[in-house]
Amino acid sequence: MSFTELLQAIVDGILTGGVYALMAAGLTLIFGVMDLINIAQGAMVILGAYLSYVLSVHLGIGLLPGLIITIPVMFALGVAVEFCFMRRLRDRDRTQMSILVTYAVAIVIEGVLTAIFGVDFRQLQASYVNSSVHMLGFYLPDIYLIGFGLAVILLAVLYYGLYRTKFGRAVRASLQNRTAADLIGIDVNRVRTISVGIGVAVTAVGGMVFGATNSFNPNTGYDLISRLLAIVILGGMGSIGGAMAAAVFLLVINDVVAVAWSPTWAPLVYFAALVLVLSIRPQGLFGKSAARAQ
Amino acid sequence: MRDRVAAVVGVAVVVALIVIFPLIVTDPAATSIGVFTLVFMVSASAWNIFSGYSGYLALGHAVFFGSGGYAVALAARDWHVTGGWAVFGLLPFGGLVAGLIAIPVGLVALRTRRHTFVVVTIAIFFIFQLAATNLGFTGGTSGILLPIAPFSAANFNQPFYYVAFGILIATVLVSIGVRRSRFGLQLLAIRDDEDRALGLGVKTRRLKLSAFVISAVPIGMVGGLYFYFVGQIFPQFAFDPLFDLSIALMAFLGGLGTITGPLLGAAVLESLQQYLTQTFSSSATYLIAYGVLFLAVILVLPRGVIPGIAELLERRRARSASGPGPAAERESQVAGVAGAAR
Repeated sequence: MSFTELLQAIVDGILTGGVYALMAAGLTLIFGVMDLINIAQGAMVILGAYLSYVLSVHLGIGLLPGLIITIPVMFALGVAVEFCFMRRLRDRDRTQMSILVTYAVAIVIEGVLTAIFGVDFRQLQASYVNSSVHMLGFYLPDIYLIGFGLAVILLAVLYYGLYRTKFGRAVRASLQNRTAADLIGIDVNRVRTISVGIGVAVTAVGGMVFGATNSFNPNTGYDLISRLLAIVILGGMGSIGGAMAAAVFLLVINDVVAVAWSPTWAPLVYFAALVLVLSIRPQGLFGKSAARAQ
Repeated sequence: MRDRVAAVVGVAVVVALIVIFPLIVTDPAATSIGVFTLVFMVSASAWNIFSGYSGYLALGHAVFFGSGGYAVALAARDWHVTGGWAVFGLLPFGGLVAGLIAIPVGLVALRTRRHTFVVVTIAIFFIFQLAATNLGFTGGTSGILLPIAPFSAANFNQPFYYVAFGILIATVLVSIGVRRSRFGLQLLAIRDDEDRALGLGVKTRRLKLSAFVISAVPIGMVGGLYFYFVGQIFPQFAFDPLFDLSIALMAFLGGLGTITGPLLGAAVLESLQQYLTQTFSSSATYLIAYGVLFLAVILVLPRGVIPGIAELLERRRARSASGPGPAAERESQVAGVAGAAR
């Protein structure tokens, strides 16, 4: 392996890490606000990819303009799932129950997608999917750049929304203490519904980029959710900054191992790194030790 | 006393029904559903010994199912075991391998708690799946063939059925033994409040690891049986994330932490699942039906079928005891108390 190859792998890892960071940020937001783990996040990313696929193949709407349609659709799905299922979980054991409920949602999504599209692998196509830019000696595929750019913009918007707006303050208040937030007049249920909507809406973008860079079928969501969970746990549940750092960290490791050793073993190192870090720091890289106290 | 007699009679009737089922129903499609159902009853019950009693939701027990399967497949191949009853003799070896693997897995995973533990078990599961795909001795993606069982076509399923039933009885006895012992009480204490249990002198780490290993052994044994029955083992099948979630769902459905709950959940869900797969040829319809049913159960009876029904009976008993007049009022009170207790 030459030094250039190593650098190229690191750059690839950072670019793909940005997209994973965005998908994981949605997951960690839902966890932070609701104490719920959304196992269906992976299936929802794949659903987002299929939505982009339908728009581009059947209606002739490009991948980027299509986001104007797919983002609100995924937002609505998130709101519906929160309203119908997540809200009903009782306080005790809600985290564990949420894993089962959202897993059931994932199965239904997988079933519906299989019924409509079958199990053949597909990939999204556009003029910028296979082209690349040659810059500073690296080959940077356009779609990676676009995905990374979108991820950075959306994460910035998310960060700004959480830390600089009144709604963001309400979200953080509900995150810290539900009862207190209720008492000072925050409509916690509304905040939660919208947060889950936002957390799911990011999968529209994630799905578009994922579908353009990987081939997918309705079953791909399971592999994806395990990676996203690894990122979120490693970053510390509920920490968006942590999720970003962990996504880039894990994907750089993944891509470097793929180049230096073998692509088949790369995912193993990915999960081994997770297990190793958590054995030393059970709360994740940036998590507070709250997980232990409870 | 009357309750106890009723319980003994009930258990005897259920055991008798399971024993005579393949003698009455000779349709191979039905008896193979029986074998699969027994395999999952063992798995859900064994999983419950750790996760149900200690409250740690492990979503990686497919590691033990697959390891047990591979241990039996490799042993049969390398030791030249011919098909027949001899392969069943390898099942304890499969259980032993699963138990040995559970020790390092448990040591690593049990350093964490709650959702971190859940995710670590999932991660370890994927490590095993990848290793099975990529290591040389497992035969890679094409897998390993197991010896062909020489049983006659008409009664082919019966040996598997009765061996699985034997493992089930052993597993249930272990589950009852754990539940009634000091060990079981300490596990329940960990479930309710681990830090307090630790403070009161419960050796939590050693206990959790023991329960983890105990729960792995029966799953390794039925893993071996399952793949001998199917005839072949390969990674996607041996280390299947659906297995992890299915056994958890079965235990939840029947009632987590109870002895009969996981058995009932597995009996209902696995036979239903097999029936749906045989009825609907398309996997899509099956997935949708399964997912919707799963959602409905969780939302209607969030505490599981057995505790949920027990609660309903309790309410009914309270209503009939209070006479006809103020019954409605009494019922709403009971419901209110039940609601508050949640």
